[in-house]
This record gives sequence, C-alpha cells and structure tokens, in this order.
Amino acid sequence: MLFFDMMRDPAFLVLCAIVLAGCSGLPGLFLRHGTLGQRLASVAALTSSLLALPSILYLLLGGGEASFTLNWNLPFGPCEVALDPLSLFFLIPIFLIFPAGSLYALGYWPAKSQASEKSVTFFYGLLACAMAMVVVARNGFLFMMSWEVMALSGYFLLVAEHGEKEVRSAGIVYLVASHLGGAALTALFASLFWITGSFSFPAPHSLAVAGGVTSTLFLLALAGFGSKAGMMPLHLWLPSAHANAPSHVSALLSGVMLKVGIYGLLRVISFVSERPLWWGALLASVGLTSALAGICVASAQKDIKRLLAYSSIENLGIITTGIGLFLLGEGSGNPRLAFLGLAAALFHVLNHAIFKPLLFFCAGSVMHAAGTRDLDRMGGLARRLPFTAFFALCGSIAICGLPPFNGFASEMLLYLGFFGEARSAVPFVALGAPVLAMVGGVAVIAFVKLYGIAFLGEPRTEAAAKGHEAPVTMLAPIGLLAALSLLGGLFPPVFMALVQPALRALAPDTGLVSALPVPPVWFAVAGGSVIILAAVLYLFLQGRVKGRQASGPTWGCGYLRPSPRIQYTGSSFGAFFSSLSGALIRTRLHVDPVTGLAPSAARLSYAPEETLLHRVVLPFLNIAGVACAFLRRLQHGEVQIYILYIFATLMLLLLWVH
Amino acid sequence: MIDTIFHMALVLAMPPLLLGVIGKTKAAFAGRVGAPFLQPYYDMGRLMQKGIVLSDSTTWVFRAGPVVTLAATLFASLLVPLGRHAAPISFEGDMILFAYLFALGRFFTTTAALDTASSFEGMGAAREVTFSCLAEPTLFFALITLTRLSGTMSLTPMLQHVTLPVWLATGAALILLLAGLFVVVLAENCRIPFDDPNTHLELTMIHEVMVLDHSGPYFCCILYGAALKLYLLGALFVNIALPFSSGNGFLDWGIFACGMLGLAVAIGVVESVMARLRLIRVPQLLVAALILTAFSLVLVVR
Repeated sequence: MLFFDMMRDPAFLVLCAIVLAGCSGLPGLFLRHGTLGQRLASVAALTSSLLALPSILYLLLGGGEASFTLNWNLPFGPCEVALDPLSLFFLIPIFLIFPAGSLYALGYWPAKSQASEKSVTFFYGLLACAMAMVVVARNGFLFMMSWEVMALSGYFLLVAEHGEKEVRSAGIVYLVASHLGGAALTALFASLFWITGSFSFPAPHSLAVAGGVTSTLFLLALAGFGSKAGMMPLHLWLPSAHANAPSHVSALLSGVMLKVGIYGLLRVISFVSERPLWWGALLASVGLTSALAGICVASAQKDIKRLLAYSSIENLGIITTGIGLFLLGEGSGNPRLAFLGLAAALFHVLNHAIFKPLLFFCAGSVMHAAGTRDLDRMGGLARRLPFTAFFALCGSIAICGLPPFNGFASEMLLYLGFFGEARSAVPFVALGAPVLAMVGGVAVIAFVKLYGIAFLGEPRTEAAAKGHEAPVTMLAPIGLLAALSLLGGLFPPVFMALVQPALRALAPDTGLVSALPVPPVWFAVAGGSVIILAAVLYLFLQGRVKGRQASGPTWGCGYLRPSPRIQYTGSSFGAFFSSLSGALIRTRLHVDPVTGLAPSAARLSYAPEETLLHRVVLPFLNIAGVACAFLRRLQHGEVQIYILYIFATLMLLLLWVH
Repeated sequence: MIDTIFHMALVLAMPPLLLGVIGKTKAAFAGRVGAPFLQPYYDMGRLMQKGIVLSDSTTWVFRAGPVVTLAATLFASLLVPLGRHAAPISFEGDMILFAYLFALGRFFTTTAALDTASSFEGMGAAREVTFSCLAEPTLFFALITLTRLSGTMSLTPMLQHVTLPVWLATGAALILLLAGLFVVVLAENCRIPFDDPNTHLELTMIHEVMVLDHSGPYFCCILYGAALKLYLLGALFVNIALPFSSGNGFLDWGIFACGMLGLAVAIGVVESVMARLRLIRVPQLLVAALILTAFSLVLVVR
C-alpha cells in the first residue's frame, strides 16, 4: 500500500525516473547479445522519460515543491534532494534529450557494428542520471559527487572511439579542463561550508556577508560553472570534445550538459541576497564576447560537428548575456530589464536544448551517409536523405534565430531588453543590440554554409553520392525535436509557461512584469502567415509552370565541362568573412610540396586553427610541464603506492584535525 | 480600413515603378531616352507567361527560395508605416521582426543559390551573407537612436515621432542616421556602389549571380521581392527624411509617394555618378556607415 501511495507522488516518480535512467545501461553489461541490452536501455530511457516529464510538468505548472532527506552515515550533513521550480525546469531538457538520444543510438551506434556499444549505453544512462542528480542535489557534497560522476561519464562517452589519436587528445583536454573547473567548485563549496557551517545549500537570498566574500564565491562559481558552460575563454575543451564524441553523445553534452553549468551559476546566484551591479556587467560582457567570437569561429569551421560545437558557445553566450541583463536590471531597480533578461535566458535554455540536439542528430545521420565529418567532402545529400535534410533545414533556421522557429522568440526578448535600455539616461546596455544583430548575421553565414554545403549542390565525393537515409528510429527523435522547435516559435506562451515558475522563484520582484511585452499572438500571426503565404505561392507557381518545365545542367557561365569539384566548398564560403575577422580565425596549411627529380606524392591539407589553444595555452602548459617535471616521479603508475598516498594523506589530515 | 487598403495597394503596386524611375534617371544621365517607366512591370508580366528551366542539380529548396523570400518580404510590408499613415500591423518589437524577416529571406535566397552547385552562385551567396552581417548592426544602431528619440519600440510610433520640431532639435543626429540608412538601403538592395545590378560579369556580381539559374515565374518572384525590399527599406528612409504632414490623409499618401520617387531618383543619381567599389572596399564603407549611425546615437545621448 505504501508503495502505491508513493507512486502517486509526482516528486517520487521523478526520483524513480532518475534512478531508472542511471540503471538503463546495466542489463546490457551482463547480456551476451548487445542488441537486446541496447533495446532494453532504450525502453528504460523512454519509460523514465514517460514517468518524469508528466510529473515535472505537473509539479512545475501546479507550483508543487518537494524535498527528500536521505540518511547517510557520512559526515557531510543531511543528504537532501529537492525539486523546486529551478531544478524542475532544468530537468526538462535532460528527460527530453536523453530518451531521444537513446532511441537515436539504436540506429546510429548499433550493438552489431560498434564494439564500444555496451560501455556507451551504460555511461549514457549514467550521465543522464548524474546530470539529474546535480540538478536536484541540495547538499554541496552530493552535488560534487554527482558532478564528478557526470564529468567522468562524459569522458568515457567521449573516448568511445579511443583508437583514434584525435579522440584521445580531445579526451585529455576535456579531463584537464573539467578538473580545473571541479577544483574551482570544490573551493566554492568549501567556502560556503566555511560561511554557513554546513554543506547543505543555503536558502535562497539568505547569504548576506561582506561584499568581498560573496564576490569571491561568484567568481569561483563563474570559473567552475562557466568552464562547463563553455564561456569564452574557458571554452577550450569544448569544440574537440563535442566534435569527437558519438553524435547522440554530442547532443546530450551540448544540448544538456552545458545547461547544467548555467543551472549551477543560477543556483549560486540565488543564494546571495545582495548582488553587486558589476556581476551583471561582467556576465553580459562575457556573454556577448562568447556569442560573437564563438559564432565567428564557427563560420570558419569545416568540420560539421566542430561548427555545431562553436555555435553552442555562441548560444551559451546568449544565455549568459540574458542572465547578465537580469542581474543588471535587478541591481539598478529595473524589473522590466530583469524580467526580459532572465526570461530570454531561460527560454533560450529550452530552445537550445531542442535545436542543438536536433542538429547534432542530423550531423550524425550525415556522417553515416557521407562517411566523414568534413563539410568540404559532402554535398547533394538532400536527394539521398530527404527527411534528414528537411529537419536539418528547420534546425538551421531555428538556430539562426529566424522566424517562425523558436530561436527567434527568445532572441526577441533579449532584443527588447536591450532596446528598452535605449531610453535610460546612459544607454550603454543598448549597445548589446547591434552586437546581437551581428551575431545573428554571422550565424546565417555559418548555417547557410552548413546546410548548403552538406545537403545541397552536387556530391563532392563518391561516398557522399551513395549515402542513404537514416532509419525511422533515428528520424523519429529528429522529427519530434523539429516539431517542438516550430511549436516554440509559433506559440511562445507554451514555453513561457514552463519558464515562468523558475523565473518567479529566482526573481520574485519581476512578478510586476509577468506578461510578455510583445503580444504573443503576433508570433503565431507572423510565422503562420509566412508559412501559409509561402505554401500558397509555391503551389500557385507549381501549377503555373506545369507542363512548361525543362531541365538541364546548371548554367556554367560558358564553361562546358563542370565537375562537382569546382563547386564552392564550405571553406571557400566562409573564407570571405574570415578574411575580415583577421587574427581571430586562422587557417593552418600542411603542405608536402613537389620536390626533387622523382617527386613522391604531394599533398596539401588545411584546417582552421584553434588560435588560443595552440598559440597561448598549450605553449604555456608545456613550459609548466617542464617546470614541474620533478613531480612526475610521484606518478609512476603503480596502484598500490597510489593507495599508500591516499592513506598517508588521510593520516596527516587526521593528525592535523586533532 | 481605407488606410489599410491604400497601404496594401501602394506596397503591392508601386515597387517596380522605383526600378523604372532609377533606370530612367540613369538613362537621362547617360543622354539616352531609356526604357519606359513601366518597363519592370512588362518584364515581370512576360516572365509570368514563361516556362522554366530547372537545373539537374537542384532540389525543392531551389524553388522554395524565391517563394519564402517573397512571402517574408510581403509580411514585412505590413509592418512599415507609409508616410504619416500607420502600418496595418504594429506592436512592441515589430522592428526586430522586420529585420529578421529580411534575414529569413536572405537565408533562403542564399541556400537556393548553393543548391545549384555553381561556384559563381556560391561566391555570390558568400558575399551576400558577409555584407549583410555588416549592414545589419547599422540598421539596429539606427533603430536604437529612434527608440531613444521616440521612447517606443514599434516602427509606426517610432517613425511618426520624427516631425519637424524633432528635426529642428536633433537635426545633426538625424542627418548622420539618414546617411547610415542610405548606405544600408544601397547595400541591402545590391545597388551601386556595392553591386551593379546591370553587370554581366559573374565574378563581380552579388545578388544577380545568386539568381542566375532561376527562370520564368520564379525569377519574377525574385525581381518583385527585390523591388519590394527596396521599397520597404526606402520607406524607412523616406519616413525619417520627410517629416511633413499636410493634415489631409490623401495628400499625405501623395507626399509619401513623391518621396519614394525622389529616393529612386537619388539612387539613380548615385548609380550614375559612382563606380562600383572594389569588393575589398565594401566592408570599409559598411563599417563607416555603422560608425555614422553610432555617432547619431552619441549625439542624441549627449
């Protein structure tokens, strides 16, 4: 009886779903035939999502909150997990993308052909579970444990193809960056413990200590969570990690794990009662810099997934800008700005969690079809993959922030925030609007390139010409995400209803301006009219030219023997803009020239350079490595001695405490 | 109601006339008689009668390109006030929708260009997206200045706020803003000095090269959409440049239409006296326009 009573409690259902997600890959580890294990994992993922999503929506819209305390015998205070509007809101992307990716993996990473399937499936579930635990944890120690499980399962997922050198080095960079971030977070929770005397999270708006201390907390949170969220210049690990992971993993990393960083930042900000104005200014400028630099570098990429990864940096920059505006508005007593900034940020969290996985899934299908991640070796896939091409088009329009898709709605809120500031005495904040317009313009370059070069034109290689459409298990999640994306663009109130509770929890003052300044009906009218008008025109013109249609080769401007190789490539498409942005985007050439009387094969390859990583950070790390060479003697790979280290450290700490 | 009908009639019928006026002006400068004013209408009518030739490389995206672009531009036409008459649709934030509808059109025009597998069209598409991402911030700077002047965030009240007294008070800022906007009108519509709509060398073209493979009714859509875009961005310019109201509704329509024709003559004059810029110089001019509009904001804030 007790069990059934508990099952009626939506909050308990959410916790069950989290556990179920974590266990989804377990059966597969023990089954000899991987296919069954993988199917079981997908069923478990879908079930967990069916349990969780309705309960989350019920709690979020009904204003329910819940908290559970687990008795653990560890000296870190009570182990509390709680579901409040902020946690519930950030659980939505997890339970949306995790089952979608799990379903997608059936076709994309099948047990039949991928030896690493078992570990990928297991860690995929564990990653989702760990992310959800991070979001619901209310104890600093539990938070850090979940955080580490999240970071490590991310690592094991990302090195699924560890046979390749590129993947291994991406994994190392990820591991280093994620531990540096983890160190900042450990310092953060240690200082919280020092202030409050407990590992339990302080209640919202309860932390009122001297300015310097809270600002240290804020900076630690920014370093730790910002590096997870890929804010520039802490983004160095992100592009190669997201590019080298399997696509359904990239979707989860990019669509959801980055948002966990945003969640952490918002959570820490919510502790503090007095937030200085410069926090907002810092976040807004970091956000705009990330957005502009991220998308500029994205437009120069020729690796389809690297392009998407850099565009994640852009989108997270937009979200950070929104949070910055929220703090600025709150600090300067401007509830309108605070409302619009935070609403835009949270709305964009949802939006990015929809269209970025959509595009990563499409990129996965494209890679299956063309056998490469290199845009310059694709082309003409729209004929071979008509459905994927259609959904990728939806995703590309959405991510550029163009109507009628959801990206437009959230960017509109941010624009309104900026424009409203044009009326203030000193309109510094309004200067963000042209920057955002520039970001939008460059996003069009990046995604016209991605879509046009990969899907349109003629296939540039044999492999691209023989591609095949993805199976229905891969198309279904993509189609669902595309539909959600359109829904959010035409009817933003649907998404705003989810945003509102979190908004009220974070910023009770903004309740004064609870309504959108734009009457939401105009989104539906504008989007709907453009779609209907276009459809009517299309049909009219189709009817008009019926029977008077001829076909022939593309006009070659007089050149009679065109070949697919003369098409504009992705690199040439982005080159003109890259030439304007100078030092930010450089291309590295590898040339083996023709030499000698009997030359061997000559070759030339090119790739956009990671300027910051290769020119600044790696040389610095190399110097540090030389300087710290003596420490390597401690690192000899003998496990028993490592255990001795741990023992000795613990003993010393015990001595110190007594 | 009657205003909406007038608005729709002007917006739907007048755009090709601007092209005719520009052509006639250029002919006059060159000492020729030139094509009749209504030539663009004849051209479009003729195109509608024709069949089409489709490239073997293309997919449905190629045919959707002109259609979506025209649909987006048509909706944008409902957001701009014409002279002293309010736009049929006006809400807070409509100027952002206005700018983004053009961006949607650009997205589709350029993807349709890439669909043809022609390197020339790819080249044109790359230039189009690059130049417009420099032109867009200029438009937004101008909108910020107007928001600050009028205190509103909708095109109709924003543009109708610019009256003679406002001109007298902030003339310098408005002149800088108009200069920036004029550059945007020329750049976004691919006029000289950014692009030569009459050129026949594919290597140097921007807009025309993207639509090389379109024919028949689809090409008509593109021409009409381009004329409409010129008309709408021009209307933005004229609304600020002509702050007069006669008090009589019908006369106001006339004043506005004359203003638009005047703008067409001005564009014709620019096209006659200037040469096309080298492509390398184009970004510099666009950035200069950006800084001009930024100055206008500084002057308004002071």
